[in-house]
Amino acid sequence: MSTSTISQQFETAQRALEEVPTADANRLAELRHQLVGRKAGLLTVVLRSLKDLPAKKRRAVGARANELKQQLEVALAERHQALQAHAGVAADSLDRTMPARAAWKGTVHPVTAAIDEICDIFRELGFTRVVGPEAETEEYNFTKLNISLDHPAADMQDTFYLGPGVVLRTHTSPMQARTMERFAPPIRIVVPGLSYRRDAFDPSHAPVFEQIEGLVVDEGITFVDLRAGINFFVKRFFGPNVAVRFRPSFFPFTEPSAEVDVQCSRCAGAGCSTCKETGYLEIMGCGMVHPAVLENCGLDAERYTGYAFGMGPHRITMLRHSIPDIRLLYENQMGLFSQFAE
Amino acid sequence: MNLSVNWLAALLERELDPAEVASHLALRCAPVDAVEPLHQELREIVVAEVVAAERLPDSDHLTLCKVNDGSDVVDVICGAPNVRTGAKYPFARPGTVLPNGMKLGRRKIRGVVSNGMLCSERELDLGPDQDGILELVTDAGAGAPLLGALDLMDTRLELDVTPNRPDLLCHKGVARELGAVYHAPVKLEPIPGAPDPGAPARRVDKSGSVGGIHVSIEDIEGCPRYMAAVVNGVAIGPSPPWLQARLRSVGARPINNVVDATNFLLYELNQPLHAFDLAKLRGGAIIVRRARSGETITTLDGESRDLTPEMTMICDAEGPTAIGGVMGGADSEVSEATTDIVLECAYFDPKRIRHTRKALKMSTEASYRFERGTDRAAMADAIRRAEQLIRAVAGGSEPEPPVDVDPRPEKARSVFLRPERVEHLLGAGIASDAIERHLTSLGFVVSPKSGRLAVQVPGWRPDVTREVDLIEEVARMEGYESFPTDLRPGRPSTVPHDPIEPLKATVRRVMVALGLSEARSFPMVADGPDGAQPVMNPMSVEEAYLRRDLLPGLTNSVLRNWAARERDVRLFEIGTVFHRDASGSPPRETVRLAAVVTGARTPRHWTEAGPPADYDEWDVKHMLEEGARVAGPEGRLLAGEGGWTFVDNGDVHRGWAGAIAADAPPWAARLYGFELDIEVQAKEPTVYHALPSTPPVERDLALVLPVGVSAHDVEVAVRQTAGPLLERVTVFDEYRSSELAGRSVAWHLVFRSQEKTLKDRDVDRVVQRVLDQLKEQLGVERRET
Repeated sequence: MSTSTISQQFETAQRALEEVPTADANRLAELRHQLVGRKAGLLTVVLRSLKDLPAKKRRAVGARANELKQQLEVALAERHQALQAHAGVAADSLDRTMPARAAWKGTVHPVTAAIDEICDIFRELGFTRVVGPEAETEEYNFTKLNISLDHPAADMQDTFYLGPGVVLRTHTSPMQARTMERFAPPIRIVVPGLSYRRDAFDPSHAPVFEQIEGLVVDEGITFVDLRAGINFFVKRFFGPNVAVRFRPSFFPFTEPSAEVDVQCSRCAGAGCSTCKETGYLEIMGCGMVHPAVLENCGLDAERYTGYAFGMGPHRITMLRHSIPDIRLLYENQMGLFSQFAE
Repeated sequence: MNLSVNWLAALLERELDPAEVASHLALRCAPVDAVEPLHQELREIVVAEVVAAERLPDSDHLTLCKVNDGSDVVDVICGAPNVRTGAKYPFARPGTVLPNGMKLGRRKIRGVVSNGMLCSERELDLGPDQDGILELVTDAGAGAPLLGALDLMDTRLELDVTPNRPDLLCHKGVARELGAVYHAPVKLEPIPGAPDPGAPARRVDKSGSVGGIHVSIEDIEGCPRYMAAVVNGVAIGPSPPWLQARLRSVGARPINNVVDATNFLLYELNQPLHAFDLAKLRGGAIIVRRARSGETITTLDGESRDLTPEMTMICDAEGPTAIGGVMGGADSEVSEATTDIVLECAYFDPKRIRHTRKALKMSTEASYRFERGTDRAAMADAIRRAEQLIRAVAGGSEPEPPVDVDPRPEKARSVFLRPERVEHLLGAGIASDAIERHLTSLGFVVSPKSGRLAVQVPGWRPDVTREVDLIEEVARMEGYESFPTDLRPGRPSTVPHDPIEPLKATVRRVMVALGLSEARSFPMVADGPDGAQPVMNPMSVEEAYLRRDLLPGLTNSVLRNWAARERDVRLFEIGTVFHRDASGSPPRETVRLAAVVTGARTPRHWTEAGPPADYDEWDVKHMLEEGARVAGPEGRLLAGEGGWTFVDNGDVHRGWAGAIAADAPPWAARLYGFELDIEVQAKEPTVYHALPSTPPVERDLALVLPVGVSAHDVEVAVRQTAGPLLERVTVFDEYRSSELAGRSVAWHLVFRSQEKTLKDRDVDRVVQRVLDQLKEQLGVERRET
């Protein structure tokens, strides 16, 4: 037997040794036969062939072979005992209704899953995904978006201040201005990220929440394009048969402005307590980019038009999974995550 | 804004279905948050007639009544002093639940069974009167539902009025929107018992007099227009039922006839009005001016307020008597003794009101409306209607014409609309005449001018200032749902994806594969270590700073899981941390990855003899290495006391891993965690190396490491000495024993040559060289067996 064959045999034996502690009864018998079987076991054969080796090699090979054989026999016996202890029966009468061996399953946060799904749907429409700073200036959070701090519209967003003129952004909309200042149209972006408002932490509000802002700016973008884009998203996300409707609303940075409702999933539009008997649930605000916003960002509002939208992945996650209280999405309980494991 | 459907119906002179109204408003105007039928708790109360009443023997206040409830004549015992034969009262039969939740039963009183209850105003929650039962003046017969008899059947709509639409803060404005849908004109209700309207107001430039009061404006900026009227000889008392019912229908409390009249006009016309007691105005003057520094006023709510020159005050000859547009003063309040009143109808600058009410931390129905913008052009009609209403409900002689101090009369605003721009923005063609019709139906005055439309904006629409505002009106009246939803191809975005987002996704994938779940914590924390960014107006001291690290938040989540008796917790989080910038700029933000693990490393399985091993620090070391491999800055791990630190190539601390001290319950396992900066790195694509075609040769080396020699030292020396034939080197065992001078660490070495099959002697030579080098360099020797 050549030296290289022997070292290959040793390697096989080493691997088998590692496999033994987890082998089942059948495999265990197989390994025993293959490695230390009296007639054809690998190590048995090696030991038998020692006499053919040159004397100076004989000792080293013999020692290693014996060491491996001994280790294997101990391991095989231990494993055999362990299996016997559990089974106490012959291998073919195993109770295969016993539970399988599992590993821990992790999961991304359900809100992250919603964000990714939403952004991926808009990606189909050519939107790119960008992010921006969470601490913003009043200029980007308000002024450039046509929100005057002198007007009660500013009170729609109760704001955390970090310093004079510095705020925690109340929406991810500041990226509208940051993007329009850096890139020329056509612009198609979605902007996920945390937003902050001084709202009490209650079943339906949180002072910190995710927002996804969307923005399209180009020549010839119209209200019909807005409706088409949102309609495409709703049907993809909520299902092709879910009714969707646009209602008038007001945001300082869009004109016309709209709220988008989808058919209530709980009552299928019949009216229930979840949808306050309206049959619809509000899922986002949107509208045509206000010409003042385009002008504030250095674009010609006669030439370019656009649309924008903003939605709350926390709320959408709650609707989708029937989660009754937004606070559950901030508690980080393993009991909740195990329900969402992938 | 609370709206009464009955009130809207009266303004449109037609029946309205509440559900239909709610739907029209929602789809064309503003969302309706609630549709609430009023007084539903009184559904079972009926009108009953007392056909006989006699004092109950041996009682000084109880009356035994024979009551006709429409179906029967029953005995009812009544304790009210005002019960009398022949009168009608609200009657609750046994079994009825009263608004206060009390369920009526048959009761035996002094040996007589009483079959129900005649009710007072208070018991029906219709008013404060509890001195006697409510005598009904009605044509309704016995047994008729009370709701119908009192004309209480009404539905309240809660309209969510957006801040740009002050015109929707009154019934007339909402009726106008509905009128555009129903093609019905809006007409103000006739006031029952009202005298003819008084003479129109007299406009003056700076000041003028009315009823012996001299009115002047000094602060034209804060109050551009101020009208006043004087009504003499009023009698303060309760309002007539129709007026009280109107106020209650929107949830307002009746107070007295004069105050109720001004409140009625607030909800009807959106014009806040204020009534002063003329006798309490000092010096026969009203001066509208900025407050002087140090002035104070006690407002109607009894609070003393410090004033600043940024506030507009209504003053008499001696000092402030009302905070203009916000709240009246206690000193000039209308009381039961009032006989002559001064009626104020003004327009205040929205910004001034906003500043004032914010500075004084108070908001009133008046300030809410002035802040959003009232209709300056409608004031003359409003004050005359106010005079009329007050004289109808509180008496008073025919007044002098009101004085109208209007230094700079406002001209109606015109905005041009290019019809082609409507299609340009909305994407659907709308005929010019339809555009005109929509705008006209909302009160805009449209006149075509050389291909454009000159659109005069009515005074109640301060929000309409440019062309796009008119286009929105057109879209709204067309109905948003009438526009198509056809998808068109668009040009691709010039904006590239931000690479941090796919990087975060990769990190999530790696962490989830390790069995961890993604947590999301609040970025606001209680502690502010050095360099933490404080929040100037936090919700609580628990949230006074922005986080500098993710691990404290994750540790809190572990505590929450422990509180829920969960022993096995595996969480990671990707989030922003903030570092204060001393210059006053926004804080610097970095993206971090952190994780915590505690408890069993695998789920328990029945084939194993005991519970699985718990996580230990070697697990978080691996997690940190994985995080760094996938998304960390370039750098290296340094072993230290209690854990590891990760430093970048500039030796800057960028991460940490180790055990975490936590207030753990006794049954919990130890907690471990890591935290790491993550950032986008330019990564070269993986280059394929040919798979080996030659067999490996393996060797195990058990080495004795003297104290002070680390595994890392040995590994470096092994690699350097062994050269390219060494493919892999891994530790597989550590053994400590007092018999050893140090400790024994066992390595598994794999050798391979890409060119030829290695012979044992080739490898033995290398191993010997390695052993010689280890001995010489580190004092490391092979362990004797």
